[in-house]
Amino acid sequence: MTKMIKGKFIDNLPKVYGIYTGGFLVFIILMAIAEQAGMSAKLIGIFFVAFTVSIYAIIGYLSRTLQLDAYYVAGRQVPTVFNGMATAADWMSGASFVAMAGGIYFKGYGYMALLVGWTGGYVLVASLLAPYLRKFGCYTVPDFIGTRYGGNLARVSAVLVLTVASFTYVTAQINATGTIASVALDIPFGIAVYVGLASILLCSMLGGMRAVTWTQVAQYIVLIIAYLLPVFWISNKMGAGFFPHFMLADEVARIAELESQFGLGTVKNSAADLATVPKGLAGITKAHSEVNTTPWKFISLAVCMMAGTASLPHVMMRYFTTPSVRTARRSVGWSLFFIFLLYSSAPMLATLSKLSLMDPNLTTGIIGKSITEVQNIDWYQNWNQANLMFVSDFNGNGTLELNEFFMGGKAVVLATPEIAGLPYVISGLVAAGGMAAAMSTADGLVLAIANALSHDLYYKIIDPKAETAKRLIVARILLVIIGFAGATIAALEIQGILGSVIWAFDFAMSGLFFPLVLGVWWKRANAQGAVAGMLIGLAVGTWYLIHVRTGGTPIWGVTQLTFGIHGALASLISMIVVSLATKAPDAATQRMVDEVRIPSGRTVLGKQH
Amino acid sequence: MSKQEKHWEKTRGLLFVTLAIWFVFSIGIFLFGAEMEASSFKPLGYPLSYYMTCQGSLGIFVILIFWFANRQEKIDDEFGYTEREDD
Repeated sequence: MTKMIKGKFIDNLPKVYGIYTGGFLVFIILMAIAEQAGMSAKLIGIFFVAFTVSIYAIIGYLSRTLQLDAYYVAGRQVPTVFNGMATAADWMSGASFVAMAGGIYFKGYGYMALLVGWTGGYVLVASLLAPYLRKFGCYTVPDFIGTRYGGNLARVSAVLVLTVASFTYVTAQINATGTIASVALDIPFGIAVYVGLASILLCSMLGGMRAVTWTQVAQYIVLIIAYLLPVFWISNKMGAGFFPHFMLADEVARIAELESQFGLGTVKNSAADLATVPKGLAGITKAHSEVNTTPWKFISLAVCMMAGTASLPHVMMRYFTTPSVRTARRSVGWSLFFIFLLYSSAPMLATLSKLSLMDPNLTTGIIGKSITEVQNIDWYQNWNQANLMFVSDFNGNGTLELNEFFMGGKAVVLATPEIAGLPYVISGLVAAGGMAAAMSTADGLVLAIANALSHDLYYKIIDPKAETAKRLIVARILLVIIGFAGATIAALEIQGILGSVIWAFDFAMSGLFFPLVLGVWWKRANAQGAVAGMLIGLAVGTWYLIHVRTGGTPIWGVTQLTFGIHGALASLISMIVVSLATKAPDAATQRMVDEVRIPSGRTVLGKQH
Repeated sequence: MSKQEKHWEKTRGLLFVTLAIWFVFSIGIFLFGAEMEASSFKPLGYPLSYYMTCQGSLGIFVILIFWFANRQEKIDDEFGYTEREDD
């Protein structure tokens, strides 16, 4: 019975999600009408978040399952394009959605290394790993490491690296869900974090990977509409161009002109003045389109993000869900295409946002206006209250100068629609989009950790005789525990969202990149080498992070954002040295690697294992 | 050389080409950020360095992956390693 419905559901995917998208657009229009009829901004925000989250929860409930391969790998029947969308949602986190445009806005070229890094990594995923791991037929990433190299030590080491990297990442995502839920639903952050967690667990608990897959597709549709609609709308409203991505060259040039007119870089704020600016807000100090970083700084950050992409288990495990090796490969291309749609829009949003604020010829421009006038603008007051915007008349001339305006990074995405004079319904939509982005990534991460612990630690090592029902119960209990642990740490607000996301990439790269890649591409790699690679890589990476954080001198200009360079290098060297110093893998393992390299035939691990 | 070895050799060849292209557009060109900015070649009117970071390289990666997937499928077909539907 379920089999039949499932089959039907898979065949009807375009129709199902087509209706869903249409329904969502109708909902936006209804909200717009309600706004005209006088519905309050607060109520619109609540409606947007509540409506979308309940849809995800319904999808999560409908996808419930009692089967292992459905729970762990969505039954391996997710079609290419839909897996691409799910991966894109899995991948694009609160950081991509809420923080990235802000980073580009403030840091310019140097920061855009993240755009290159977070997309270029997919070339590595497609060519080095995804198709081979799909052929392997594993449930989790440590499952591959444990079987390819053999031995519990290798498996446990992989679980360790996975947990460190994914947990660092997930706290940031739960933090982001909490931030958005607290703003949209108007509840304290400490409570909002748990509201966010409840929504995340609703999507994943009953159906595991299958539920996460189908909610992620739904979340992608919401987040991409929420990101692109404002960009196109603002661009058209401003008269900047019908299709912003191809038509903003004049605006980019205009910003450069205004920057020099307003004395960017020549007028500096004194330390005493800067001390009055609320924490977390920044002024525009870097040129918008000029090259403002050394090549090594740019390249090292890009390299870390690329290698990290290819080692993050929650991304890799999405490619275990496709029907075949061939579709896994193509699905990587679709993933990147769907990511590209958002990433190529982020710089456009940053450009439009900056120009709206800077250009005195636009009605929205505030630089050059009198301070009191700016302080009386509605949106300024709102965002100032939310601690995301600040102006101060440092030089006492009564006029707002470029160096006297400060903003939080999140405000670029969250506040720009309001600044540019779009109706509030768009801000509600953006909140729903941010929520979708953070939730979808958190879901993937929590599931990656819980699956590794339940499958690799509990089933493979602690209780190999456990029955299916028991395994699935353990998996769900772990899911809830991991979720709560993540939320508790998120509620402490130790680090910013973006910083911890970048760290997660560095951790993953330090411990997993070379053990994964060499597992496929170097037959001579053995268990001892892999264990050394994972543990020494993770240890050196962590040591270097602490070293830099505690004021140590950087080695080779590697910062706390790129510590994966040292971690991965240590991992590579130790893996090669230890592998060559110990015995070559046995004939059975060598045959297994040969088997993995051929797309056709059975998977190395059975359908249910 | 066995059929399997030949298949792997071709696969490896494709990998090197793919990674070489990847290297150029993810690392290589960014060694010359300042030169790109000064270049008079401006795609769609944007400064070249700006364009490559926000659209150019990203788009090339998308195309590169699909091109790679097609080539790999051809190699697999050539050696009869195409997956059957019922696998």
